[in-house]
Amino acid sequence: MKYSYFPGCSLEHNAEAYDSSSRAIAGPLGLELVEVDDWNCCGATEYISLNMTAALALIARNLAQATKNGLDQMIAPCSACYLNLSKCDRYMVTTPELAERLNTALAAGGLSYQGGTIKVRHLIDVITEDVGLKTLASKVTRPLKGLRVAPYYGCLISRPGLRISEHNPEYPVSLDEILEALGAEVVDFPLKTHCCGGHMTQISESTGFDLIRQLVKGASDYQADMIVTVCPMCHLNLDAFQNGMNNFFKTNYQVPVAYFTQMIGLAFGMSARQLGFGTSLVSAGPALAKIGEELPAAAPAAGATKRKRDDKSLPMPTPLAAGQGKGGSGKGQGQEVSR
Amino acid sequence: MVSASGPIAPTPFTFLDEVQARTPGNPHLNQCIQCGTCGGSCPSGPDMDHTPRGIFAMIRADMRQEVLKSNTPWFCVSCYYCIVRCPQEVKITDIMYTLKRLAVEARLYGDATAPDFSKVFINWVENYGRSFELGLMGQHMLRHNPFGVFKMASMGMGLVSRGRMAFTPKRIRDLEGLKNIIAKAKELEVSHEV
Amino acid sequence: MSDGKEPRIGVYICHCGSNIAGTVDVEEVARWAGEHLPGVVVGRDYKFMCSSLGQELIEKDIHDLDLNRVVVGACSPHLHEATFRGACQRAGLNPFLFDMASLREQVSWVCADRAVATEKAKALIAGSVYRVAQNEPLEPIIVDINPNVLVVGGGVAGIQAALEIADAGYHVYLVDREPSIGGHMAQLDKTFPTLDCSACILTPKMFSAGTHKNITLLTYADVEKVDGFVGNFTAQIRQHARKVDVSLCTGCGVCQEKCPKKVIDDVFEAGLGYRKAVYTPFPQAVPKYPVIDVQNCTYFQKGSCKVCEKFCPTGAIKFDQQDELLTVNVGNVILATGYDLFDSRRIPQYGYGRLANVFTSMEFERLANASGPTNGKVVLRDGVTVPQSVAIVHCVGSRDRNYNSYCSAICCMQSLKFAHLVHERTGARVYNCYIDIRTPAKSYDEFYQRVLEEGTVFVRGKVAEVTDAARVPGEEGKLIVQVEDTLVGHQRRIPVDMVILSAGMEPRAGAKEVGKIFGISCSMDGWFIERHPKLDPVATMTEGIFIAGVCQGPKDIPASVSQGAAAAARVLGLICRGRISLEPVRAQVNQDQCSGCRICNNLCPFNAITFIEERGVTEINPALCQGCGTCVAACPAGAITGTHFSNTQVLAQIDGLLSVMA
Repeated sequence: MKYSYFPGCSLEHNAEAYDSSSRAIAGPLGLELVEVDDWNCCGATEYISLNMTAALALIARNLAQATKNGLDQMIAPCSACYLNLSKCDRYMVTTPELAERLNTALAAGGLSYQGGTIKVRHLIDVITEDVGLKTLASKVTRPLKGLRVAPYYGCLISRPGLRISEHNPEYPVSLDEILEALGAEVVDFPLKTHCCGGHMTQISESTGFDLIRQLVKGASDYQADMIVTVCPMCHLNLDAFQNGMNNFFKTNYQVPVAYFTQMIGLAFGMSARQLGFGTSLVSAGPALAKIGEELPAAAPAAGATKRKRDDKSLPMPTPLAAGQGKGGSGKGQGQEVSR
Repeated sequence: MVSASGPIAPTPFTFLDEVQARTPGNPHLNQCIQCGTCGGSCPSGPDMDHTPRGIFAMIRADMRQEVLKSNTPWFCVSCYYCIVRCPQEVKITDIMYTLKRLAVEARLYGDATAPDFSKVFINWVENYGRSFELGLMGQHMLRHNPFGVFKMASMGMGLVSRGRMAFTPKRIRDLEGLKNIIAKAKELEVSHEV
Repeated sequence: MSDGKEPRIGVYICHCGSNIAGTVDVEEVARWAGEHLPGVVVGRDYKFMCSSLGQELIEKDIHDLDLNRVVVGACSPHLHEATFRGACQRAGLNPFLFDMASLREQVSWVCADRAVATEKAKALIAGSVYRVAQNEPLEPIIVDINPNVLVVGGGVAGIQAALEIADAGYHVYLVDREPSIGGHMAQLDKTFPTLDCSACILTPKMFSAGTHKNITLLTYADVEKVDGFVGNFTAQIRQHARKVDVSLCTGCGVCQEKCPKKVIDDVFEAGLGYRKAVYTPFPQAVPKYPVIDVQNCTYFQKGSCKVCEKFCPTGAIKFDQQDELLTVNVGNVILATGYDLFDSRRIPQYGYGRLANVFTSMEFERLANASGPTNGKVVLRDGVTVPQSVAIVHCVGSRDRNYNSYCSAICCMQSLKFAHLVHERTGARVYNCYIDIRTPAKSYDEFYQRVLEEGTVFVRGKVAEVTDAARVPGEEGKLIVQVEDTLVGHQRRIPVDMVILSAGMEPRAGAKEVGKIFGISCSMDGWFIERHPKLDPVATMTEGIFIAGVCQGPKDIPASVSQGAAAAARVLGLICRGRISLEPVRAQVNQDQCSGCRICNNLCPFNAITFIEERGVTEINPALCQGCGTCVAACPAGAITGTHFSNTQVLAQIDGLLSVMA
């Protein structure tokens, strides 16, 4: 399966580990990645704050460049690039007046783009939908048993709900399922779609650092050995700024952060070095050493209200099955109670 | 409104109309029932002068100056929680972007840290086609947080030693083309009607 | 004209105050009609044609000018066709020799330009005039009304309706799909605003319904098919096998006691308590006979056990009992099928299903209920701990375009009631998080005042999230309610022990299918559609089918009871009349032209078409036919005509329209 590949500025240097691990696992997963020629920065969340037409034209240039590959699908591993590219494409389909304006701008650079031509996909969706969890699991040679991970989606991939693969933007499960397929123990991380703060560390330190602290504390409270992300900005905030945050709050967290592609690579038997593990600021060494070891039973997370199992406790409702949820409580089906 | 020579900017009736007109699609700001879900969901809400809901009440009360001076849009982290949860389908995050743009046009922000950050970021992109972190951080900190340079030093060194910091900006091949596109887009932004 | 006489048509244009006259030049249209349209003897305009003076105008002209056709241009025929037909009839003219043009809904309410509107009005009048000349006198079809009544749904609305009709001396079949009647009201603890114990006020009515000589109670039963028309319905009801012989059962309850199989009761106990595989849903169940839940019974699943049979003192357990199909003949049907609770698992950020101490409203009702799983103790999910702080969340799944955009009407009062109950039972600190406080009905606002006096903390803000992820030490071990206190303008994180979600009301999961069985439709939100939302909330567009209670839209108990009584009154009115006249707008097959192709046979939504094998032609039952016209359009030979909508008549109307518009 061939796709255009849009790395984005972060993957060039800062998040090089994401890029190298993505490329490393692409082969075994049967994905052929063709980089978009001469792509430019997508503008992150900065340009649209200043000038809307220019911001969208900047993004649209990438869509136009992508068409030169002759492939109708484009993978963007970075959540911000993914959202920008798919949003721009969506706008060009739903608002013809805007599409016309953007094409006038693109024409000044000798380019044009018809909305809807390229289907923009996040890497994680390509893996869950096109490759599939079964295929993924079948290639695992070193299950990540012994490792307790907190899946962290962040905002831009969860909302505003452009991804049809997830039923509910408030409770996505694709990353959880991938990590489970890799054999890791996945924590039901309550903050998995909470915001890392984006660039807030540069705007207001206290705000930015507190958002990072909440996530790191949450993962730690839930006894996760690692946080696994899908976005370079989230990774930067949680990993690179973790010590800054510790200094600010006088805390001492050391929760390593990894990209999900690195975890896939590990499970496929690739070396940690090859997957860029050494480039994080918070070392993942102690966590990775746990792989293959027996996992001690988790004590209830500080703050989690777990009910005691005895004759007096009241039953909990069953979780919603996928696609369920319209209309009433069960029709007197009753559920088994083990005696 | 369309004239013989093409679309012209609408004459706003009230500040509310102006904000609605300058936001793509239909932002539904009229439908806001002031329930506060946005303010309740916002990760940076506690640090804003006014919650997003408060800002919308002020927009409807025609308080243009206060709204554009407030730090609310600049503290928006684009997490989209508000949009997804709003029971009235108000396009909150998009409205925040509009307020940012209006504030920059009117030069009315109370604290210039955020707008300047965006401007410096974009400056590098417009001149090279790619973002340049070292340049961005350097310029930004010197202007807004010079003592912060020391605090960031250890993190900076960490990134450098792990090969994660580029020392020079990367230039795209067809920078000329990009510049033409951006220039044309800016021209069109001034005279557009959404 | 078909009777050989020349048409003498009277045209009357209504001003409707300024509703029509404000946009259409009504005097001009009346004048023009009188001067230009063929057959028109007089054209008049008048301020309010529907008034008695307006109608008298028509009646006088019929006598004085010997009119044999009348056209009125006014509002919609839905409103006043019957009025003007009545005027014609009083003056001795067959009411079907009248036609009405809608100059209000179809012209003045949709055209802004006076010239355009006047032109369109002329066209519509011309259409009516050309058409009415082709009308034929018709007589209504008279049918008898069977005095039996079918009430579907044994909640408080259904019970009220059944009792009123039964007390009037007529027979009612009261059907409910659960093993007992009582509906959702039986699950509640106290009811607002009086704080009456729900079971205490409901069970006497349930008992009356269960023992009334005029009520046949069919519980654990479903209506599967309904044929017929108003006054003459035939309903096929499936009585599911209880596996208990009700003629032998004494309701002693030994079978329940001895049954070794415990399951979670997710209907009556809202998933918070247990029942056995053989069970009655609650102690005051009517009827008292238990049922065996075959899906969970050890005997039916694995072939062993049979403890209930062993211990039953009267030998009433009958494992091989089969479902029974009953057919009943009734004249009218009242649907009172109630609602389902909004499924709070659809809102993951409120934590229901993940966080143990988040409860739905119905779960809390069971908790607070003295005969519930904790005997009325308000405790956390561990069954033991009494909460010291409780947050009540309003508008869960209501007033929200992400789920249901309507307001569920009862949740504010219910939330206030919960606040009161929590105070009373636990002395906990209570927070009500709301967008608006809706307390419109009698004594409701006084209840709000009472709750204010008790010290409930009201936070105006729709709750954004309920989480257990603590940020600061005071939040550890608690549920944190994150909400913007809009009156203060700040985001607050309120740590509490328990959260109650006031979940909204939703139409029953199978409402659409149930509607289809009875021939009625559901609105966009899924509630049954009433004939008119203000003036006729219990009738439907299908004659003889009435709706009552929440199945028509969210409402409280007083309103449900009122609607049950209203539907009963409508039905009793029909029964009193004894016969009803149906509109003779029907389809007819010209059997000489019918080739027996049978294309029309399966098209009839009312099952009015039958095929006569011996003669090889199709026949239409005029009583079942509703005049929808589907078969008329489908017949390739044009052998079917629609009475009062014949080809001649419709084509004439088109000619009339085009004479002006073309």
